[in-house]
Amino acid sequence: MTPILEARDLVRIYETREGLFGKVTPVRAVDGVSLAVSPGETLGIVGESGSGKSTLGRMLLGVDPAQGGEVRFGGAPMPERRTPAWRALRARMQMVFQDPLSALDRRLTIADQIREPLDIHRVGTPEERASRVASLMRNVGLRPDQAGRYPHELSGGQRQRVVIARALATDPALLVCDEPVSALDVSIQAQVVNLLRDLQETTGLAMVFISHDLKVVRNLCDRVAVMYLGRIVEEGPAEALFARPQHPYTQALVSSVPVPGRPLDSRIILQGEPPNPAARPSGCAFHSRCPVAEPMCRGAVPGLRVTAPGRASACHLVAGAAPASAA
Amino acid sequence: MTKLVEIRDLRVAFDGVPVLHGIDLDVAPGEALGLVGESGCGKSVTWLAALGLLPEKARVSGSVVLEHRTLSNAPRSELEQVRGGRIAMIFQDPSSALNPVIRIGRQICEALRLHRGLSGKPAQAEALRLMDMVGIPDPRRRFNLYPHEFSGGQCQRLMIAMALAGEPDLLIADEPTTALDATIQAQILDLLATLRRETGMATVFISHDLGAVAQVCERVCVMYAGRIVEAGPVAQLFEAPRHPYTRGLFDAIPRMDGPRTRLIPIDGTVPDPRALPAGCAFAPRCARAQVFCRTERPELLPQTDGRLLACAYPVPTAPAVPQRERVSQ
Amino acid sequence: MIRFLSIRLLRAVVTVLAVMTFAFVVLRMSGDPAQVLLGPDVPQNVIDDFRAAWGLDRPLAQQYLSYLGQIVSGDFGISMRDRSPAFELVMERLPATLQLTVPALLLQLCIGIPAGIYAALHRDSLIDRGVILLAVAGFTIPSFVLGLVLVLIFAVTFSMLPSGGFGSVWHGILPTITISIGGIGILARFSRSAMIEVMGQPYIRTASAKGVSWRHVISRHALPNAAVPIVTIVGFMVGSLVAGAVVTETIFSWPGIGRLLIVSVSNRDLAVVQCILLMIAAVMVVSNLIVDLLYGWLDPRLRTQPAH
Repeated sequence: MTPILEARDLVRIYETREGLFGKVTPVRAVDGVSLAVSPGETLGIVGESGSGKSTLGRMLLGVDPAQGGEVRFGGAPMPERRTPAWRALRARMQMVFQDPLSALDRRLTIADQIREPLDIHRVGTPEERASRVASLMRNVGLRPDQAGRYPHELSGGQRQRVVIARALATDPALLVCDEPVSALDVSIQAQVVNLLRDLQETTGLAMVFISHDLKVVRNLCDRVAVMYLGRIVEEGPAEALFARPQHPYTQALVSSVPVPGRPLDSRIILQGEPPNPAARPSGCAFHSRCPVAEPMCRGAVPGLRVTAPGRASACHLVAGAAPASAA
Repeated sequence: MTKLVEIRDLRVAFDGVPVLHGIDLDVAPGEALGLVGESGCGKSVTWLAALGLLPEKARVSGSVVLEHRTLSNAPRSELEQVRGGRIAMIFQDPSSALNPVIRIGRQICEALRLHRGLSGKPAQAEALRLMDMVGIPDPRRRFNLYPHEFSGGQCQRLMIAMALAGEPDLLIADEPTTALDATIQAQILDLLATLRRETGMATVFISHDLGAVAQVCERVCVMYAGRIVEAGPVAQLFEAPRHPYTRGLFDAIPRMDGPRTRLIPIDGTVPDPRALPAGCAFAPRCARAQVFCRTERPELLPQTDGRLLACAYPVPTAPAVPQRERVSQ
Repeated sequence: MIRFLSIRLLRAVVTVLAVMTFAFVVLRMSGDPAQVLLGPDVPQNVIDDFRAAWGLDRPLAQQYLSYLGQIVSGDFGISMRDRSPAFELVMERLPATLQLTVPALLLQLCIGIPAGIYAALHRDSLIDRGVILLAVAGFTIPSFVLGLVLVLIFAVTFSMLPSGGFGSVWHGILPTITISIGGIGILARFSRSAMIEVMGQPYIRTASAKGVSWRHVISRHALPNAAVPIVTIVGFMVGSLVAGAVVTETIFSWPGIGRLLIVSVSNRDLAVVQCILLMIAAVMVVSNLIVDLLYGWLDPRLRTQPAH
């Protein structure tokens, strides 16, 4: 199947200053990332803060400019940012953020917010828009009597439903979700995760799901890409990747998820913290925290190589043994 | 069982709206107790109220006793000796919980002076020892840095060092890992467990993360809408949750193994404290609720297996594993 | 640090230069000094001689350049009115103005900040409400109205204090109060909101939780954090004090720089006006510079960090 979204060698460089007038240091927030999402597929992107996963999400929609590489949507190159063609395309790809309250306009009612994209992209007659809003609200599990409410009158979970309904209004082919359930309580989180899963089954939407919550990512995503300091270090089908992580970083990440009944001692506790992206270690960026690093990891940057059907890792030590164990 | 802290009928109201409805809670010396629940359930408020740390508009009643010493309505000076000295507390967002304009070494030394009478060189030596103990690399060089020059994980380590400065008998950790990245969370949990083993201090671990609680605690209290609804040893509670809410929390969490099926959420939302349901606060979201549950509120009562439970129609004890996993087997 | 300072200094110089240029141009566009100073019935040749003597017949650009040259060499020009150096005239009046503004600033700091902090710590109490009410009243009443009201009450009705003039300490009381009231109100309001904001921060709870006494939580943990926004406002207030002095000195016939400015403007006494404006600009720029330096001292996050 041809992918709906394809990114090749995306690079995003920020400039940071040391202090107020210090010297400018370029930071490669996203450093040569390639990925593809097929229609109806959910790609999970996991990583810690500073891994560049949120920047990558915005670049996929063309909201953040890329200094290198290209994004193709529906087989065609993404139009230039902020051009009419790009704006028209934005109706086909939408974004959902972590904090629904700041994503909503507090002076507009729920129904008005959901109708807004239809007004902007001039979809249908006013009557058609009204009935579309009603059916969107039904689809995301909002009651018709909530149409006239304002965002502050709703709970966090309901607000996120509004944001999702608005994102779906223009019938997009792709939804990029950046930590959409992280601010929600466990019981509500499950409601929203189920909602996304159902929507995808009924509409065939493709999704990029960015999150630090491995449990949610595993449940919802078909494929997962693990990022560390701006690069994808491992990629593969969700179940296999979490069951048999290949990259030492993924192994530590998976092991760090607290699971009832598993004693603390059995976990891989990484030393230190992710390095500052402005001072990226040489060679494999993970070598400074890697429990199994060897001298060569300090020198050569490992490329993302296919290790088994559908799986890829960027680690010098994985390549040889992996195909046998992962098969 | 000897008690370190004994809380009886603790109630808190903000602007006339009750948010804590009579909590009874004991902490034994050296034990690790978990307080679990969703936002607004009162798990943090319980301990802020116990230590007199709530804003003045909060109305607090009930009794809090720390080894024969009554903390409720105690004079300010007496509470100040207890805070940080007998009972220390660390918080969710470590980067903003440290004073941004005071050097980190001074913040730790302040606690040492208050509770152990140390100052000057001995205080500095002890502060450096604490910083080393919580895993701050090269503490001597970092003694005079400010909080913004540390990462979030390091700030939480420094908060822990500051909490340890008073050699407390009880450490209250209020969502200590929530704002941190996964690998850093693991480090902090590990550190807290190690410190408890080495110092023998009791720990109250407040968290919404059932997995984390299961790993570091021996006993767990599950709270809902300002009340404890179920309490018991970790293994018992996690293997066979009996309150439908506890069970619901477990089922709502996606698993790291097994098939990737739809989650089982708890329907509805947490009730508004200004409009609590008449009977059991959980009844409107509960699949097992009967007519009784909507009119009468069940008391928290001891069960034959030793746990405490506030439910008229609890989940049967037999199945130890969630529904969907039994189906898959 | 040196880099930081030199950039601030450069900015200060640019600001002062802009003020000088503005004053220079506006003064020469707003009327002929020769006409104003010599009166309407003077023969044209006298006016021409006057212009030639003061260099007013030269093209504006040339006048401006020579003015700049003079300033750089420390020469602030000669008053057209009494033919003495403008700088000396201004300096003669400076002590009188300082006698008003320095006590006024102290009054603002000593009343405004404590009142605001007290109100913040006793939020929603009667005293808090009283402070807010008085603060709003303080900065909404224009100083010329306040000055006249004070004169009516204390000088005219009760004859307790002189209504104007200069000499004893008693003369200074009403004008000092008139200048300071607005600033006290602003400072009280600002200190209150800064303090309320700080008291809600997690690190205040941390300090309480570690057993720091309430008094020390306020003095050691809250105040240093609240100082940053308060210092900003104090910096601005130094500038507004000078402006306040112009109005107040006129009301109370106080022989300070403010009144000299009013008189010199109406006389088109170019050198004196320029000298005063330059001085006001310098005071504002310096107070801003001090505020900037204080920031770095008060808040380590704003300090420039050396590259690691």
